[in-house]
Amino acid sequence: MKFRSVFDIIGPVMIGPSSSHTAGAARIGRVARNVFGRQPKWAHVHLYGSFAETYRGHGTDVAIVGGLLDYDTFDERIIQAMEIAAEQGLEVKFFEEKEVPEHPNTARLVIGDDEGELELVGLSIGGGKIEIDEINGFKLKLTGENPAIIVVNNDRFGCIASVANVLATYEINIGHMEVSRKEKGKLALMVLETDETVDQEVMDAISKLPNILQVARIVE
Amino acid sequence: MLFRTVRELIDLAESQGKKISEIMIEQEMLVTKKSREEIIGQMEKNLQVMESAVEKGLNGVTSHSGLTGGDAVLLQKYIEKGNFLSGEFLLDAVSKAVATNEVNAAMGMICATPTAGSAGVVPGTLFAVKNKLNPTREQMINFLFTSGAFGFVVANNAFISGAAGGCQAEVGSAAGMAAAAIVEMAGGTPSQCADAMAITLKNMLGLVCDPVAGLVEVPCVKRNAMGAANAMVAADMALAGIVSKIPCDEVIDAMYRVGRAMPQSLRETAQGGLAATPTGKRLAQEIFGTPQKK
Repeated sequence: MKFRSVFDIIGPVMIGPSSSHTAGAARIGRVARNVFGRQPKWAHVHLYGSFAETYRGHGTDVAIVGGLLDYDTFDERIIQAMEIAAEQGLEVKFFEEKEVPEHPNTARLVIGDDEGELELVGLSIGGGKIEIDEINGFKLKLTGENPAIIVVNNDRFGCIASVANVLATYEINIGHMEVSRKEKGKLALMVLETDETVDQEVMDAISKLPNILQVARIVE
Repeated sequence: MLFRTVRELIDLAESQGKKISEIMIEQEMLVTKKSREEIIGQMEKNLQVMESAVEKGLNGVTSHSGLTGGDAVLLQKYIEKGNFLSGEFLLDAVSKAVATNEVNAAMGMICATPTAGSAGVVPGTLFAVKNKLNPTREQMINFLFTSGAFGFVVANNAFISGAAGGCQAEVGSAAGMAAAAIVEMAGGTPSQCADAMAITLKNMLGLVCDPVAGLVEVPCVKRNAMGAANAMVAADMALAGIVSKIPCDEVIDAMYRVGRAMPQSLRETAQGGLAATPTGKRLAQEIFGTPQKK
């Protein structure tokens, strides 16, 4: 069951014109920004399938940039996202890819600044709902049927236990978990698929833990 | 999860003597662990967004491309003259569906039901039948939960995006959802809701997604108009006691298989159907200076 909530169907409240190409696109951009943890200085956006063919008509480009600026689907600033990004020194390039993707609405975002870089592949699966398929070349084996969060942390002992502990406190069961790191002792990330929705209070509690750098929802 | 199919939904409602909207609210509480008040409060907000969008569209809007806008106003003026042939509530639903989609095309704020491209049908029919049935605010909110319940089954067993399944998946689903919700509001049984959904979706099967210039405007706005009309007529048919020979779940499954068989050119790529007509291509050229497709 990829659509879990009635508000996946009656919702989201959004700026038109397309739930998959505008609202979904904005959400993919916003997740990328949240996982990156700050506004990037540059972004290379690769569009595939229907995204590549119709992005101008649907405002997909504007919406992804709006997401990178941390705007929600109903934020009217999305309409001016290109101009605002330019003013704030966020340089964006779009690439129309010919490759036929597994899902018709796929975007690969490579974003970064002087400090670092992030690569994320997002799918817009309909009605504004999205799935994150890949982060930094790390293919996520998520079912998409349960809520999921990503945690970026310093690679130290106890981090995984402390996150699991917070979830336990809020009586949230972990159904599936993946951990990955680039280099021992540097940056690590964990992806947790849960049976229950992880609300903002829990997210805040996790982000306050030592050595935790970012927490973001990747499946609502 | 309380239900995954329309059959399960109907059985639950009928065996417990509850409305479909009530089953949807109970499932939402179960899945999200949110309180009833919180869930109803969120739906109330969505209802307000829909109401504002209808109002804005009826005052007249125009999209950036200039392709759409103003038709909701034309229809309202036509209704006022009183010389219409089909029916007042039917045309009112059509004009309010058009109003919502004109606002969507103009990058205004709407609530996706189930998508933005098909956002006109559910509120269009709701705010039209409201004038006939005089529902309470609670009944209007329930209209959205009932629509959501049917959309939930379609989304999980087929698809609701034009890129995946064509317009039948978007406006087809929206019209089916609306038809079912109208039946509940008018006092029909859960089975009649399912029949209304089935009758509607059967008549939307095979509808392709072929937006001119890739914009959610032509033919999307008019597809919402006819989706609303389809929903209103199907609701009346179901309330008259007409039963769908093919059960609702099987119609949804047929919609899925038809969508899978649809070529990519007819699934929101602006390469086939109306987008590929001489006029469709000329409009794309005029709007973007270059053809969208190189």
